Amino acid sequence: MGNLSEIVKKCADNYQKDPTKMLDVIRDVQAELGQVADDAIAEIAKQMNVSSIDVEGVVTFYHFFSKEPVGKYSVYLNNSAVAVMKGCYDIAKEFEKEAGCKFGEVSSDGKIGLHYTADIGMNDQEPSAIINDVIFTNLTSDKVKAIVADMKSGKKIQDTVKEFGDGNNQNALIKAMVKNNIQKTGAVLLAPFEPGTALKKAVSMTPEAVIEEMKISSLRGRGGAGFPTGMKWDYTRQSAGDKKYIVCNGDEGEPGTFKDRVLFTERAEMLFEGMAIGGYAIGADEGLLYLRGEYMYLKQYLENVLETMRKAGTLGKNAGGKSGFNFDIKIQMGAGAYICGEESALIESAEGKRGEPRNRPPFPAQRGFMGKPTSVNNVESFCSAARIMLEGGAWFAKMGTAQSKGTKLLSVSGDCKKPGIYEVEFGTTVQTLLEECDGRTAQAVQVGGPSGVCIDKSKYGNRICFDDLATGGSVIVIGPDRDILEVVHNFMEFFEEESCGWCTPCRAGNQLLLHKLEKVMHGHGTESDLQEMEKWCVTVKSMSRCGLGQTSPNPIQSTLKNFRGLYEAKIQKGKDFVTEFDMAAAVKESCAAAGRKPDLGEH
Amino acid sequence: MSEIKFTIDGKECTARAGQTIVEAAKANRIYIPVLCHFEGLKPAGTCRICTVRVGGRFMAACTTPVAEGMNVENNTPAIEDMRKEIIEMLFVEGNHMCPTCEKSGNCELQALGYRYKMMVPRFPYLWPQRSVIADAPKIYLDRNRCVQCLRCVRDVITSDGKHVFGVTMRGGKTLISIDKELAAKLTEEEAVKAMNQCPVGCILRKEIGFKIPIGQRKYDTKPIGSEIEG
Repeated sequence: MGNLSEIVKKCADNYQKDPTKMLDVIRDVQAELGQVADDAIAEIAKQMNVSSIDVEGVVTFYHFFSKEPVGKYSVYLNNSAVAVMKGCYDIAKEFEKEAGCKFGEVSSDGKIGLHYTADIGMNDQEPSAIINDVIFTNLTSDKVKAIVADMKSGKKIQDTVKEFGDGNNQNALIKAMVKNNIQKTGAVLLAPFEPGTALKKAVSMTPEAVIEEMKISSLRGRGGAGFPTGMKWDYTRQSAGDKKYIVCNGDEGEPGTFKDRVLFTERAEMLFEGMAIGGYAIGADEGLLYLRGEYMYLKQYLENVLETMRKAGTLGKNAGGKSGFNFDIKIQMGAGAYICGEESALIESAEGKRGEPRNRPPFPAQRGFMGKPTSVNNVESFCSAARIMLEGGAWFAKMGTAQSKGTKLLSVSGDCKKPGIYEVEFGTTVQTLLEECDGRTAQAVQVGGPSGVCIDKSKYGNRICFDDLATGGSVIVIGPDRDILEVVHNFMEFFEEESCGWCTPCRAGNQLLLHKLEKVMHGHGTESDLQEMEKWCVTVKSMSRCGLGQTSPNPIQSTLKNFRGLYEAKIQKGKDFVTEFDMAAAVKESCAAAGRKPDLGEH
Repeated sequence: MSEIKFTIDGKECTARAGQTIVEAAKANRIYIPVLCHFEGLKPAGTCRICTVRVGGRFMAACTTPVAEGMNVENNTPAIEDMRKEIIEMLFVEGNHMCPTCEKSGNCELQALGYRYKMMVPRFPYLWPQRSVIADAPKIYLDRNRCVQCLRCVRDVITSDGKHVFGVTMRGGKTLISIDKELAAKLTEEEAVKAMNQCPVGCILRKEIGFKIPIGQRKYDTKPIGSEIEG
């Protein structure tokens, strides 16, 4: 016990017992103890001077925190839809066989813990897993055997990585087997960028002129919602506040998107300069990058980029050479929660709390991080802003469609020969993209991730842009042999798990939709079940508080619309009702206990 | 303070600047159903029963400030049925046994069920396994009945700003819980307050049961909302 309180005290002291650093403290405690059990929770509460229930609330909210032991080596295998397509459950069996324990368990010696996790941003190189913050991609049986052998022998996990990816993945501070898979570069994001130039240009203008340039560019938020960036900066600039923040949403969690990971790896300077430009525009002296926990392997590299930029004078006092403009950036790690991609949930999380969205108004531009006016923008938005400074808003606005200017990074994965990153002009059709990525046989394409839409062949002529098929970047190609309902089921399980639990329609509604979907998939549905499901989708979307619940029924809703035949093939025709009650299953346990066979009569 | 003119279902109303739609409706003797809302507490918008439609968009009336010229849709068949769905969702996602519950007759969820003429929920029961917390000296928590309104989380705070109640887990597993150390220090007044602000029978004062007989309780004679509608 003495030992425990010493460990916790050390972890808390490292962050000056600052309650906004709760996630960091918990992460460090877990790294030391292998779990955050009730005794550790009580000790953290004591050290941080908060109630233990608040600490427990945080520990149980985030996927990578655990009250139970996670194992000295904790394997988090992705089981999102594309990982399933690429055989993650075969890999899971291999892990179980080699490690000698099941998923959801820790090996008897406490060494290896096996856990599933939802999408780790490696959809173009599945199956993949995170083991103690180290990424393992394109997993095969042989690789799993070698990894488990290394873990059993007590090898340092980083030392088990022998092959490295391309570009900066080989950087001494990353050293990851992750591949960039850049398939197509464009003029805005993946064109060469000379560090230092964009901010220099921005600070030669007035902040108002920077915002004006952004408005001319018509840049819209790249996270998916598409709010005009210039307008957001303008609102935040005009909000009264003695301090303001610029926050980068680096929590890309929409299954199927991984474009920000590539920007972090290859365009970190451009991103941080974009943040500094935003800071200059709104009048902030502090920037915060909220980085999803899955990307911990990039943190050291990004910290080093920041340090280099400070030395070069791009960040810090008189940033970009502008006297009086002091601006620096910190990195805050997430801990596994899809909802933290929602800007106000991200702010809550960055303040060390459960990632529950806030009620609006007030908007973050009025009261955001630490109650101060805050502009939260996507990684790609900041990178685009840096390019806009260099080339001008008018140049940017020449690309794209009427409502969607510029280029978009698409993360393409699934059943195509060339998965990876494509920088395309807005307005590109799905058909063009399918040809480029060689996914011509697709029976369906999921545009915008689970919260987007699932389209059939008849819509491949539609264009990727805010006015037609909006996407934060995720494009999943679904080949002719896939069971689309299985994909829908995977997405609904994801939403059910990732709902923050705050509001009734999202918390309960997604459970009920999942339940209903399973009823239909198991052959117990009728036409009235499909109609009910349609209505419940509308209720959940209408009544939910934030974007998660407002889009979570989309997998069901869009496939009921575009692939209704799949559902109709599963239901029982000519009946109003079919019971889903299975007598044999219901009495199985009690019969086993009593040691007799049930007499089920005519059921 | 300046007066705001707005309408609810076409009826002209007035409000003070800063009032939420729920508060303004009440002042105009129009009932918008609420459950997580509790006078004097910062609105949380968890239950969503108060959802109304303004300018084609759905929003929670308890967290949305009223604005000049707003046309609020409140009592439409579509909205009323969605509210009923929310009530039914709350019934199936917990384990609610009204006949044996101490709060029967004083329970706001039950009263809403009656007001919305819920016969049987359209949703299948989820039968969650939720444990009862009974080791605090003055109160016990029957979490089978919790509707996650967060009134207790918002309301019961120690003098040095610590939460006595809190939320754990997420998604369908979300569960209210309690800081045992702080719960042990609750005063009589705080314990009764915690019980009284709970809209359902989740937080109960120990050693007091059925003080007011069933049949003479708040909603036994008049439906919920009638105090506003007159």
